[in-house]
Amino acid sequence: MSNTTPSPVGDIVALEGVTKRFPGIVANDSIDLSIRPGEVHVLLGENGAGKSTLIGMLSGLQQPDEGRILVDGKPTPITSPRQALALGIGTVFQHMMLVPTLTVAENLLLGGPWWQRPRTEELEARVAEISKSLGIVVKLHARVSELSLGEQQQVEIVRAMVRNSRLLILDESTSMLTPQGIEELGALMRRLVEQGLAIVFITHKLKEAAAFGDRISVLKLGRKVGEIPPERFRALGEQEIISEIVELMFGKRKDDPEAAERPLGSVRAEAAPLLQVADLEVAATENAPGLSAISFDIRPGEILGIAGIDGNGQKQLAEALAGQRAATGGSVRLAGAAIETLSVSERSRLGLRYLTDDRLGEGTVGTFPVSINFFLKQVGAAPFWRNGVEQRTEIDRRAGELVREYDVRTPSLKTPVARLSGGNIQKVLLARELAEGAKVVIFNKPTYGLDLANTLASRQRIGDAAQRGLAVLLISTDLEELLSICNRIAVMANGSLVGTVANAEDARTRVGRLMIGLAA
Amino acid sequence: MSIDTAPSAGATALDATSNVGTRRDMLRRLMMTVGPILVALVLAGCILLVVGVDPLAYYGYVLEKGLLSPLGIQQTLTRMAPLLFLAAGLIVAFRAGMWNLGGDGQFLLGAVTAAASAPFFVEIMPAWLALFCAFLAATLVAMIWSLVPALLRAYQGVNEIITTLMMTFLGTSLANVLVKLVFRDPGTTVPQTRTLPVEDRLPRLFDTTITSGLVLGLAAIIIVHLVMTRTAFGLKLRVVGANPRAAVHAGLGVPGLTIAVFAISAGLAGLAGAVDIIGVQGNVRADWNPAYGLAVIPAVFLARMNGFAAIGFVFLLSVLSIGGESAARRLGVPNHFTLVLVSIVLIVLALAEYVDHRYNQSRKA
Amino acid sequence: MTGLLSEVFLSALLFGAVTAAIPLLLAGLGEQMSEKAGVLNIGIEGMMLAGAYLGFVGAFYSGSLWLGFLTGVAGGMAVALVMALLCVRIGLNQIVIGIALTLGLEGLTALLHHFQFSRSYPRLPAPNPTVIPTLADIPVIGPAFFKHHLIVYLAVALVFAMRYLYRRTQLGLNLQAAGDKPAALDVAGIDVVKTRTIAVLSTGALAGLGGAYLANVGAGLFIPFITNGAGFLGIVLAMLARGRPVWVLFGALLFGVCLSLTTAMQVAGINIPTDVIQMLPFLAVMIMLVLFGRRASLPAALGIPYERGAR
Repeated sequence: MSNTTPSPVGDIVALEGVTKRFPGIVANDSIDLSIRPGEVHVLLGENGAGKSTLIGMLSGLQQPDEGRILVDGKPTPITSPRQALALGIGTVFQHMMLVPTLTVAENLLLGGPWWQRPRTEELEARVAEISKSLGIVVKLHARVSELSLGEQQQVEIVRAMVRNSRLLILDESTSMLTPQGIEELGALMRRLVEQGLAIVFITHKLKEAAAFGDRISVLKLGRKVGEIPPERFRALGEQEIISEIVELMFGKRKDDPEAAERPLGSVRAEAAPLLQVADLEVAATENAPGLSAISFDIRPGEILGIAGIDGNGQKQLAEALAGQRAATGGSVRLAGAAIETLSVSERSRLGLRYLTDDRLGEGTVGTFPVSINFFLKQVGAAPFWRNGVEQRTEIDRRAGELVREYDVRTPSLKTPVARLSGGNIQKVLLARELAEGAKVVIFNKPTYGLDLANTLASRQRIGDAAQRGLAVLLISTDLEELLSICNRIAVMANGSLVGTVANAEDARTRVGRLMIGLAA
Repeated sequence: MSIDTAPSAGATALDATSNVGTRRDMLRRLMMTVGPILVALVLAGCILLVVGVDPLAYYGYVLEKGLLSPLGIQQTLTRMAPLLFLAAGLIVAFRAGMWNLGGDGQFLLGAVTAAASAPFFVEIMPAWLALFCAFLAATLVAMIWSLVPALLRAYQGVNEIITTLMMTFLGTSLANVLVKLVFRDPGTTVPQTRTLPVEDRLPRLFDTTITSGLVLGLAAIIIVHLVMTRTAFGLKLRVVGANPRAAVHAGLGVPGLTIAVFAISAGLAGLAGAVDIIGVQGNVRADWNPAYGLAVIPAVFLARMNGFAAIGFVFLLSVLSIGGESAARRLGVPNHFTLVLVSIVLIVLALAEYVDHRYNQSRKA
Repeated sequence: MTGLLSEVFLSALLFGAVTAAIPLLLAGLGEQMSEKAGVLNIGIEGMMLAGAYLGFVGAFYSGSLWLGFLTGVAGGMAVALVMALLCVRIGLNQIVIGIALTLGLEGLTALLHHFQFSRSYPRLPAPNPTVIPTLADIPVIGPAFFKHHLIVYLAVALVFAMRYLYRRTQLGLNLQAAGDKPAALDVAGIDVVKTRTIAVLSTGALAGLGGAYLANVGAGLFIPFITNGAGFLGIVLAMLARGRPVWVLFGALLFGVCLSLTTAMQVAGINIPTDVIQMLPFLAVMIMLVLFGRRASLPAALGIPYERGAR
C-alpha cells in the first residue's frame, strides 16, 4: 500500500489500518499514516477521498470502526475533541470554528474549566509570546465577526498553539486565502515545524502540496494510494513531484489536468453587449461589504471572470444582479432593457440566471425531491402547473429528461436532493439555470468543493453555454479556473472592480498583482 | 459520497409527506402511529393506577361515552367542527414554517365577531346570507388580527412565536372587553352576547344533534391538504417553510406569502370560532376560552401536518375530551387527564419516530 | 379618585407589582438561560406548574416555606430533565416536546391536586416578610419594596448574579457559544450537550422556584392552571431582553405593575373591566416591537439540536 513501512518510533501520531464506514460508503479503508515532529505532512486527495473523515478521527469527532491510532507509540482511542486537545492535537477546520459573537480573547478562552474565571491576563501574555515568535498580529479584543477570514484562520492557529499542540491539522486552509496569504501561510508552517511541531496539511491543490510539504500521502476513494517520503521529496523537483502525484491520483495522465487549457471561444466584438452594468452601488450591511461604482459589459458568447479573495463583495454583486439584494444606485441592462428595478422572478423570466455557490443553503430545498428542485424557479408555470395545479406526469417527464441530459446520478426522481453528492446537486442547478430562455448566466464559484471530474464537467458546461451565445459572468476564487476559460478577468477588492485584464499570456501575473493591491 | 450532504436527523421529519408513500409505507406509518398510542395508553393507565382509578374502567367509560353511545358520538362529531378548522389553519402555517401559536386569540375574536354580528344580520337578511356574512366578518376580523405579527415577521424578521403569543393574550382580553362592554346583551345579568336563536343556527345533520359545521370543517381541512400538496401556491408555501433562503433565491415573494400564510391561518381560526358559536354555542359568555388552539397543535404535529391524518387525530382528541368530560362527572377523574394522555402520546410518538430513524440508519450502515 | 393617589394605595399597588413580577422574573431569567444556550424552552409553563404544585405540597406538609421552595425547584428540574433528555440529548423537536410538557403538566398537576385535596383549596399561612431596617421606613417606597419575603430580594440579586455569570465567567462563555456556534464549543473540548443540559436544568430550577413563589407567597394556595400563562410571558420577556438579565427585571416589573393595577382597581371599585388593564403590558410590548423590532436577534442555533459532524 504505502512506500514506507511506518515505524512507530519518532511518530507523534500513527494510524494503523484505520477503517471508517458510513451508510453506503467506506470513507476510509485501512489507512496507515505516520505523523512526525518537524514535518509538514500533506494529505492530498479529491473530494470524497476521505480526508475530512480522517481529520474527524484525529480530532476526536469520529471513531474508527477498525484499526487503531497510536499516540507516542501507544494505542490511544481519541474519543472526544477534548481528549484530542489534551493529547496535543489541534485542528484548524475548513469551516471556521470561532463563535462570531464573542471576541478573539473569549474564543481563545473557550474550553477552560467552567467553574473558573477566564484567565485573561495569562492568555494575553501567552498570545503575545506566540504571535511574536510567529510574526503575526492578533487583535485580541476584536469581535470575531469583524475579522477577515484570513485573520480568523490565524486566530485558530494561535489557539492551537496556546493549547500547546504538538500536532497541528490544517484542513483546506488555503481555499479562502489570497495568493499572498497562501505564501504567508506556507512560511508560517515552515516556522512552526522548525519549532518542532508536526503539521498535517490537507489540500486538493497539487502545487501547494509540492511547495509546502515534506511528506505527501495521496488518498483516493478512501484508500491511501501512495506516499512520497521526505528523502524522495527532497530529491525531486517540483514538476517531477507533481507528475508523480498526478500519476498516483489519476493513473496514466502525466500532466496537471487542470492546466489543460480550453481553447477560448471567439467573441464577436461587434455584437451589442447582452449585460451592461453601470455604476452599480450596494450599501454595506452588518456582515457584508457594500459595492461601489461597479461597471462592466458582457457580450454574447463572452465569459467575464471575477477574481478576488472571497468576501470582497463577489456574492453581493451576484445577488444584486439577480435581484436578491437591493441596489442603491446604478443601472443594469439586459439586452438593452433596464432591469434594475425588477424582482428576482421578473429578471429570471427575461433570461438572467444566477447559479448560487450555496447549493444546499439557498440553491435547493434539501428535503424536496430532485424532480421538484428542477422547477423551483418556475413554480406555477405551464406546462408543469396548469391553473395552479401540479401536473405530476409533466414534471416527471421533463425531470427525467434533464437527469439524463445532465447526467445527474440519483437513485430516483423522488430522492430528496440533499442525499445526492455535491457534484450531482451542482448538475441539478446547472440543468435548472441553463434551461431554455437563459441569456445571461452568473456562476458563483461553480466548482467550489467539487472533485476533479465534476469540476471539469462543470467548466465544460460553462464553456458550452458561452458557445451557445450566452453572456457569462464567472465568479471564482480559483485563479486557474478563471485563466482556463475566461475571455477577460476583472479583479474585485473591497466591493469595487480594481482592474480588468484580457486573458492573454501575462494575465496570471497581472491578475495576481491586482489581487495584492498593485497596479496591473 | 454523501457524507457532507446527508441531512441531519432532526431536520427531515417536517416535510415527510412531500414524497408520496407506497402502500407498504402507509402501513408502516400506521403501525408507527397506532403502536405508540397503545404504549401511551398503558403509560397513562399507570398514572391512573397510582391515583387509585381502574384504568380499564376509565378507558371503557371514555370509549363508551365518547364513541359508542349515540349521544356521545354525536357530541364528539360536533366538537370536531371547530377543531378541524383550527387544524387546517395550523397545517398551512406550520408547513410554511411559521409558528402561529396565536390560534386561541384568533379563535375568540372570530367567535365574538360571529356572536355579535349573526343576531344582527338575521334580522335584516335571509338566514343563509346572514350566516354567510357572519362567517365572513369573523374571518376578516381574525385575519386583521394576524396582520401585526405577519407584517413584523415579513418585513422586520421579528420571531412570530413571541408576537403571536402576545397577540393571543391580547386577543383573549380584547374578546372579554368586547363581550363585557360593547356587545353585552342588556337582557341578561351575566355578561354575554345576544343569543342566536336555535332555529337560526347552522342546521343539524339529518335527525341527529351533529352540527353541519362538521361538514364545513372536513371540507376546509381537505381543501387545505390538497392546496398544500397539489398546487403551485402550496408548493411555494412549503418552499418558504423548508428553506426560506431558497425561496428568496427562487424569486418567490416571501413577504407577500408570509402575510398570506398568516391571513389564511388566522382566518381559519376565526372561522373555527364562528362555527362553534353559530353552530353550537349561540353566544359568547364573558371569560369563555376553551383553549382549543393549544390542544389542536399536538394533533397537527402527530399527523405530521397531513390533512387526512389530522382528521383522525382530531377525532381521537374529540373522543377523549367528550368521553373525558363524562368520566369526570361519573368516575371523579378530572377531564384534565385528557391533557396528560395527549402529552404522553405526543412524547411517545416523537420517541418512536426517533428510534425508527435510528434503526433505519444503523441498518443501512 | 382621591383613593388612587393615597399613600397606602400606592404602596399597596407597588407591593403587589413586585409580588406579581417575581414569578415572571424567575421564568424570564430561566428561559433566557436556555435560549442563550440554543434551546427554545416552550415547556417552561409546565415546569412552573410542577414547581407550583410540588412547592405547595412541600410547604403544606412540612409547614416550612423554604422546604416548599426546595420541592418546587426539584419539581421544575424534574420536568427540565425530561426536556433535556428528549430535546438536548436525543434532539427531538423542541416546540413539540415543549408543548407536550406544558399540556402534560397542566393535566397532571390538576389531576394530582384533585386526588390529593379533592375540591378543597387549603391555604398556607401568610409568609413572614423580611423587613429591611431604615429603608422600610421610607414612605410609600418602604412598604412597597422593603417588606417582602426574603426570596424576593434573592430573586433580584439573582439578576445581577446572572449578569456576572454571562459576562465574566467561563460558563457564561460556554453558554453563549452553545447558542451561537455549538460546533466551535465542541471542538474547543466542551461538551455541547452537557452545557445545554446545565442550561435547561437551570431553567427548570428557576421556573420551579417561580411557580413555588406564585403558589406559596403570591396566592398562598394551589389551584389548577395557577400559572395562567406566566411561563409564556417568561418566554416573551426572555426574547425581548435578548441575553440581558437586567432587561428581564424591567420587563417583569412592567407586567407586574399592570397585573397589580388590575387588582387594585377592583379593590378601589373602579368600573373598568380588568381585561383592559391586562392588555396594557402586551400592548406596550407590541408597540415596542413595531418600533424597534428589526433589532431583535436571537442566537443563531436557537431551536436546533446539536449533532456532532452535521452541518
